Amino acid sequence: MTIEINNLHKQFGKNQVLKGVDLTIEKGNIYAVLGPNGSGKTTLIKSILGMVIPDKGKISVLNESIKKNWKYRKKIDYLPQIANFPPNIKVKELIGMIKDLRNSSSEEEELIDLFGLEPFLNKKLSTLSGGTKQKVNIVLTFMFDSPLIILDEPTTGLDPKALISLKELIQKEKTNGKTVLITSHIMQFVEEVADEIVYLLEGEIYFKGSIEKLLEQTEQANFEHAIAAITTGSHA
Amino acid sequence: MLKILKYSFYDLIRSRWSYVYFLFYLALGFVLLFLNNDVSKAVITLMNVIIVLIPLIGTIFGVMYYYNSREFTELLLAQPIKRSSIFMGQYFGVAGSLTLSLVLGLGIPFVLYGLMQSNAIFDFSLLLVTGAFLTFIFVGLSFVIAISNENKIKGFGYAVLLWLFLAVIYDGLFLMSLIVFEEYPLDKFSLVATILNPIDLSRILILLKLDISALLGYTGAIFKKFFGTNLGFLISLAILLLWTILPILGLRYKAGKKDF
Repeated sequence: MTIEINNLHKQFGKNQVLKGVDLTIEKGNIYAVLGPNGSGKTTLIKSILGMVIPDKGKISVLNESIKKNWKYRKKIDYLPQIANFPPNIKVKELIGMIKDLRNSSSEEEELIDLFGLEPFLNKKLSTLSGGTKQKVNIVLTFMFDSPLIILDEPTTGLDPKALISLKELIQKEKTNGKTVLITSHIMQFVEEVADEIVYLLEGEIYFKGSIEKLLEQTEQANFEHAIAAITTGSHA
Repeated sequence: MLKILKYSFYDLIRSRWSYVYFLFYLALGFVLLFLNNDVSKAVITLMNVIIVLIPLIGTIFGVMYYYNSREFTELLLAQPIKRSSIFMGQYFGVAGSLTLSLVLGLGIPFVLYGLMQSNAIFDFSLLLVTGAFLTFIFVGLSFVIAISNENKIKGFGYAVLLWLFLAVIYDGLFLMSLIVFEEYPLDKFSLVATILNPIDLSRILILLKLDISALLGYTGAIFKKFFGTNLGFLISLAILLLWTILPILGLRYKAGKKDF
């Protein structure tokens, strides 16, 4: 079991974001965490990373409780939603810096090649476009060899060529036996890459299972409509 | 922590503002020496500028750095690094680079002028030491304020208000209470009130070392009796140290509980 979450609660002020989430993530699959805006996707992911401290509940990653623990993050590669880096440093320096901070082996050359980032290596991050920053973000995430990969809106700002590369990258990691957790609003992307869907609604897990199961349950012919139908609850 | 410190420090050293700050002190040092033509007098003038300016710059830089590096902090939080190390590293990076600008900016003109040969070297070093303390104290306080306030405008407001209170309003209240209660013995009160404000404490500490306390009258004599001795001096330094440590502890506590 890669991730185990029991009865997770989190409240921001009066806004109860997570209301008792129970979730098990098995090794070697690609999971898509979906849900409308404000359903708690990012809060869930950040709880796993220890960035948000839960009010109640237990999370363990690779059989290790994450409470008051930080070493487990060595086993997670995380791609944050907004790629915003220190403006004064160069791309090359940022890559070197994250490598230095994580202190683990990495394979960035191949990825830099794949996304065509060589001409930008000596440029400052503040001069890069949004899409290029996202490519740097992807390189930073995939250059390490960790058993768990978490991607928060990975497709933002990517051109079609980079998007294809990203999909191939995710599939490659899957064949290496890694577990991937993705959030995205691009349903076509989710349909192509994900094995399992976790649907969050108002802080609870509303649906968990394969895409086929979802189509069957909602009696819809296509995935996008099925997701839309699940929200209105017309299948119930 | 040292790695974070290193990167924050480099990041700041390369930013334009560090240079502006450094060049400002450099210019200030040269101009004062040129106008006063005397190291001791320049130290006094410098004190008056520094005692107000350092807290202000420390406060603003601290708040600005914290809010500007928010996204980067989030990136670091997802890495296998202890939370407190991230914030401690950033704090020491900011406070360290500001202190470096101060020491180099003022040090260079004074050393060129012949500080090493003059007997003002101790006064000057004391000035730099208290300056460094004030930098660490106010960067720490501003980090605590920034981490407690999601809203940038609010954070900025509170930080500037804190500076205004300690640098200006506190003295006003202090003076007013001296006038209102002038019929009572106030030496103990003023001593304690001075110690409670790091800006006042630094000012008195330098003034008394400069041997111009005779100007301060009776209270000055009491102050001299307290601060002028080695024990008083050590106590004052200890209190400055306490003022430095408290915000750091506050920052660690806040950082451990915050959601990002």
